[in-house]
Amino acid sequence: MTETATDAAPFAIELKGISKAFGPVQANKDISLQVRKGTIHGIVGENGAGKSTLMSILYGFYKADAGEILINGTPTTIPDSQAAISAGIGMVHQHFKLVENFTVVENVILGAEDGAMLTPSVNKARKLLKQLAEEYQLHVDPDAVVEDLSVGHAQRVEILKQLYRQADVLILDEPTGVLTPSEADHLFRILNGLKDEGKTIILITHKLREIMEVTDTVSVMRRGEMTATVKTAETSPEQLAELMVGRKVLLRVDKQPARPGDVVLDVTDLKVIDEHKVEKLRGISLHIRAGEILGVAGVAGNGQSELLEVLGGMMTAQGGSISVNGQEIDLSGKHSDGQSRRARGIAHVPEDRQREGLIMPFMAWENIAFGYHHDPAYQKNRLFMDNAALKRITATEMESYDVRPPNPMLQAKNFSGGNQQKIVVAREIERNPDLLLVGQPTRGVDIGAIEFIHKQIIALRDQGKAILLVSVELDEIMSLSDRIAVMFDGRIMGERLPDETDEGELGLLMAGVTKGAA
Amino acid sequence: MDKMPRWADIVLIPFINLLLALVVSGLVVLYIGESPWEAMKIMVRGSVGSPYGWGYTLFYATNFIFTGLGVAVAFHAKMFNIGGEGQAALGGLGVAMVCLLIPWPHWSIALLAAVIGAAAFGAAWAAIPAYLQAKRGSHIVITTIMFNFIASALLVYLLVNVFRVPGSMAPETARFAEAARLPNGYDIAPWLGFSRSTPLNVSFLLAIAACVFVWLLIWKTRLGYEIRAYGHSQTGAVYAGINPVRIIMISMLISGGLSGMMAINGVMGEAERLVIDPVQGAGFVGIAVALMGRSHPVGVFLAALLFGMLYQGGAELEFEMPAVSREMLLVIQALVILFTGALDNMVRMPVERLFLSLRKGS
Repeated sequence: MTETATDAAPFAIELKGISKAFGPVQANKDISLQVRKGTIHGIVGENGAGKSTLMSILYGFYKADAGEILINGTPTTIPDSQAAISAGIGMVHQHFKLVENFTVVENVILGAEDGAMLTPSVNKARKLLKQLAEEYQLHVDPDAVVEDLSVGHAQRVEILKQLYRQADVLILDEPTGVLTPSEADHLFRILNGLKDEGKTIILITHKLREIMEVTDTVSVMRRGEMTATVKTAETSPEQLAELMVGRKVLLRVDKQPARPGDVVLDVTDLKVIDEHKVEKLRGISLHIRAGEILGVAGVAGNGQSELLEVLGGMMTAQGGSISVNGQEIDLSGKHSDGQSRRARGIAHVPEDRQREGLIMPFMAWENIAFGYHHDPAYQKNRLFMDNAALKRITATEMESYDVRPPNPMLQAKNFSGGNQQKIVVAREIERNPDLLLVGQPTRGVDIGAIEFIHKQIIALRDQGKAILLVSVELDEIMSLSDRIAVMFDGRIMGERLPDETDEGELGLLMAGVTKGAA
Repeated sequence: MDKMPRWADIVLIPFINLLLALVVSGLVVLYIGESPWEAMKIMVRGSVGSPYGWGYTLFYATNFIFTGLGVAVAFHAKMFNIGGEGQAALGGLGVAMVCLLIPWPHWSIALLAAVIGAAAFGAAWAAIPAYLQAKRGSHIVITTIMFNFIASALLVYLLVNVFRVPGSMAPETARFAEAARLPNGYDIAPWLGFSRSTPLNVSFLLAIAACVFVWLLIWKTRLGYEIRAYGHSQTGAVYAGINPVRIIMISMLISGGLSGMMAINGVMGEAERLVIDPVQGAGFVGIAVALMGRSHPVGVFLAALLFGMLYQGGAELEFEMPAVSREMLLVIQALVILFTGALDNMVRMPVERLFLSLRKGS
């Protein structure tokens, strides 16, 4: 890395005193940011710290209440994303904005066609794509249909789209959330290549490891303010975490060795075929003992969600068997639903708390009953539910799980992500289940709440409960699990012990490569 | 995430909506060369200025409460039941059959039976679209609206070929027996000054009871909890083990039953026979009532009163101001529906912004 060259480079982007409020919420408070040309600049911060708002202002989605934007030293107003594009700013969103049934080249020219007839633009784009691919190792088949591409390749299309529009500054929002470790490595090589060609890259992420690996400079945001900008070489993950949260954070989870007991969950040859006749689970077998956490690692979309949903009674299986505490669960008939699972002592923290785990317009106390609304303790008599008792129960649970604000009458949507998740975790753990299914427990959750939720999961394990943890965060799997199963394409590629493996080996398994085959 | 106070949401916004509707209506009246102020006075006086007027206002309101509640219950399960018209027509058939086929000893027993008959027929008519939605995914909006036409045709067929009094030219049933007639406003409370012929009858009390029933059902029972949960998030409902088919069926049956009960008011309480169009658009007004009333029984009650006033006041206006035609009245009613139902967000967003900026300033 040519330290001196980047130090002397002029600023590609300069933000001065940017403020933005949504109603009474101050999302950005007097933020100043300087990004040097030809560098990779990381922006880290917890959820809700204001990273996305700031980038949306730069990309013209929002208008700042105050402040100034300078691009290459010239003050510029960016009223909409068209203006951002013509100023040379491109954005790769976390959720791709591609037309699934268009080809790569069609997606690349979309919105930037040269005229009414497509053929000239397509030919021009094809030539340019070829050139870009060689320049930046961005190889994608121009005629492939996007829905057939892997996630990593789809992301390259997004990047190509921006380069085709001659972006000099690329903003990437949480780009590695959906990638395998090796795909992420490839992405970082591409980013470094772009940097060497003089492009400027702004990388928004909450993964400190990536920041340390790829950025030159890093800015930390907390509660709408820019708390620090430091050279990556001169900082450490611990320091960054502290800057993000405002206090010292335990990055490693403290836990005693597991003391496994009897088998609680026994899954044999589980098969799931979805409505499009796609095999989602191709014969999964696993078991979990009491007092043990089995972590299921894998890139999103390889069957982990289906595994959770079948176990939680949200989906039917087409083959195989599941038994809990030695008794088989009826997978065939009408009696396979969330209620039947709860009756068997299975609690479920679902992957998507906003669409599944909570009813967002419901108040906290209504959500505490959710799924357990048949519990006799929640009924006043045969006709009515005991709403008063529920409010009392909720108030105590909110207290012990540190949900803020501890107001049972507040609607779920008015809590932050971390506090929403605490409500779900409180509800499920307080049922004292034999088996807890946990999906993405800390997705979109701030670091403080992550620490708390991890502690609760481990405490439940230490009470002798079985826990199935599904997460796309490898760090989380590594630090919580007693055993790790890796899923790929509906199969379990292998099981490892966390002490005897590393991210490299797991990453290969996640990509479907077994050592024997290699 | 902060919001404006609840009272603004519940009271202020519908009020502004209504005001806007009246202003635009006033412009329409002005355009045809009449005084909006005068028209307004006639409508208010006509609808609530006399026992005669508010007898009719409450009679219409009774219809709208039932159909409004019907739509509201289905709304809570995210079902857009616009088949209130057909379900109420079938409810009328149920009422007529109950009243004609059995010689009732007293109106109270007859009313009880009519409630069951009307609700059962209305629910049965809603059950078919509900089943098609729950099991086959046929869209409830399409099926319920088509069932309105089938209901209307069915009623014509039955009234002409089955229930018509032999020798009569009118496509209507025989008049119900004396014992099956409901006491009207005059019978119950003569001191309020109703005339003997006021259409207002005990069904109004039944409508209030229905409001209480719906409130208890939606907010106090487990079934109501499940209906609301399903309405807010279908995937969430599956997670919680709430059976979607069951919720769609039950909420639509209750919805159809409530709409069906609307017929008690007109068929049993006023006409005392089943005529060819017993609903007269009340099923559709129910949609506006439910929208304006935010699917809450209290809101539905108030909105139904407003639409009752519009109907009765409109009739008076048509009578006293010949330049205002029947079509003009439809325009005014449509404007109220448009502003209170469809254009709600147009008012809501600026008001919300105003409240937030006021709060920030203070």
